[in-house]
Amino acid sequence: MAKTLAEKILSHKSGLDARAGDIVVAQVDLAFVQDTTGPLTLREFEAGGFDQLADKERTILFLDHAAPSPNQQLSTDHILLRRFAEKRGCLLSDVGQGVCHQIVAESFARPGDIVVGADSHTVTAGALGAFATGMGSSDIAVAFALGKTWFRVPETIRVVTSGSFQKGVYAKDLILHLIGQIGADGATYKALEFGGDAVDLMPISDRLTIANMSVEAGAKAGLFAADDLTRDYLTKQERGNDYQPIAPDNDASYQKTIDIDAVGLEPTVSRPHSVDNTALARELEGTRIQQVFIGTCTNGRLEDLAVAASILKGKKRHPQTRLIVAPASRKVLLEAIETGYIKTLVEAEAVIISPGCGACLGLHQGVLGDGEACLSTANRNFKGRMGNPEAFIYLASPATAAATAITGRITDPREVL
Amino acid sequence: MLEGRVFKFGDNISTDHIVPGRLAHLRSNLPELAKHVLEDADATFASRVNLGDFLVAGVNFGLGSSREHAAMVIKMAGMSAVLAKSVARIFFRNAINLGLPVLICDTDGIDDGDELHIDLAAGTIRDITNGSQLTFKKIPEIMLRILDEGGLMPYIKKYGDFKL
Ligand code: SF4
Repeated sequence: MAKTLAEKILSHKSGLDARAGDIVVAQVDLAFVQDTTGPLTLREFEAGGFDQLADKERTILFLDHAAPSPNQQLSTDHILLRRFAEKRGCLLSDVGQGVCHQIVAESFARPGDIVVGADSHTVTAGALGAFATGMGSSDIAVAFALGKTWFRVPETIRVVTSGSFQKGVYAKDLILHLIGQIGADGATYKALEFGGDAVDLMPISDRLTIANMSVEAGAKAGLFAADDLTRDYLTKQERGNDYQPIAPDNDASYQKTIDIDAVGLEPTVSRPHSVDNTALARELEGTRIQQVFIGTCTNGRLEDLAVAASILKGKKRHPQTRLIVAPASRKVLLEAIETGYIKTLVEAEAVIISPGCGACLGLHQGVLGDGEACLSTANRNFKGRMGNPEAFIYLASPATAAATAITGRITDPREVL
Repeated sequence: MLEGRVFKFGDNISTDHIVPGRLAHLRSNLPELAKHVLEDADATFASRVNLGDFLVAGVNFGLGSSREHAAMVIKMAGMSAVLAKSVARIFFRNAINLGLPVLICDTDGIDDGDELHIDLAAGTIRDITNGSQLTFKKIPEIMLRILDEGGLMPYIKKYGDFKL
């Protein structure tokens, strides 16, 4: 019988004929934690009496959320992670390497894989055709030890995007629009599967942005077929051998299909304090912004810095608006140096911070003051997210962020392009 | 039978409301972290709860991060169950993995301060204050077994594997 991407991957990895609604136990190809969920995972692993990792080469500890660490407690948590990696022989991605999801995409996730991570944005790897989902520390501790976990096979919502984006409109606007339409729980327990001619032409960097935010609609996974563009991306990362094509069957059964016409999309912004509270950028013009943050696992890739640099070239940030840029990985940073984007951004008076989560979750490097507003390219704008419950967070594309940095007010990027 | 008083919250209570990222430095000091439970939704909550009370919410409770600490501090605060109209996926799994029951039901008729009696085996919730009775959605079999063992770690210790 015809299958969705989720059913295909879960069937293959469980050895069963997995259908939406079934509970299966499936093999895990990659399991990871980061530095704010890792310490609990490792303590649970030890307390569980496990002493072997199922696959050391496919177990990773990332130091990215507090990187470099801002205080003694988090530094001590980092020691715990480093010692575990040394003792158990798994991989460690230390401070400065970048955000877990970016590195998983660059170096680890393969089409058809099952990826589990103690971080909700693990869904990002769905862009490469992997069934990737976030779990808590206990689940990951068990996945570390047994190399498998249980899943309820999700129903799938198919999102079909046709046509092409207008100038100034990006993948970020598409996913913000979708979440605004279906709501922050519009896909809870379900997989979102993206297709259509706009998606077929979409570079992997854009697919990563969309897959990354699928969890903001509650989705368990955000899935894309693996096609020629996936192969080209993996080849560029020197992982051509990791490629295998994977696509849903034509007559797979979906819970519903949502059609989006890319031509009709406009630059979109999520308003405080929820991601589904969307509006068009032009409707919010005039909203004063004290900090612009460009980075994160959503939009901290080379392509994002390129867009920001092209808008900021020869310009400067507004005197009352700080501009913070965090490349998603060391690789992104190096390429942004080589291409000159970093120079352009620094000339525009951006502060470049180390590859990692940066200001995204309110630990360091850009905590907001009382009453301040930030326009961020991240994925989440919950109250308190950037370290201060008295602050306000707007989410948008790197283009909208760069335009806003120049004017100091929320600005539709089409005005400056 | 679980008995306790209701602490009522609204819709879309996120993991950032429950344990904000700015307190990440306390995650290896759980008793200290637990003092801040739900601080960004109700600053007085931690000081008012009693052992056995119920956390009752609207839709999409626990959305956001995968931090298991969110379910953990709710349990540490003494809550014996979470009741909500709907619950975000990772929070649901985390709570069950820690042995904290999560019951999906229509919470509109339950008010702050109500006294509830809950029979998990029978699947019933009685609101003693207003005399109404509710049922909750069936929990998947595998989660019930994990819950029965008191959480995922005791479950895996006992069976050594997942048993479907
Ligand atoms: S960049 Fe932000 S959303 Fe992404 S993993 Fe880091 S903290 Fe989470």
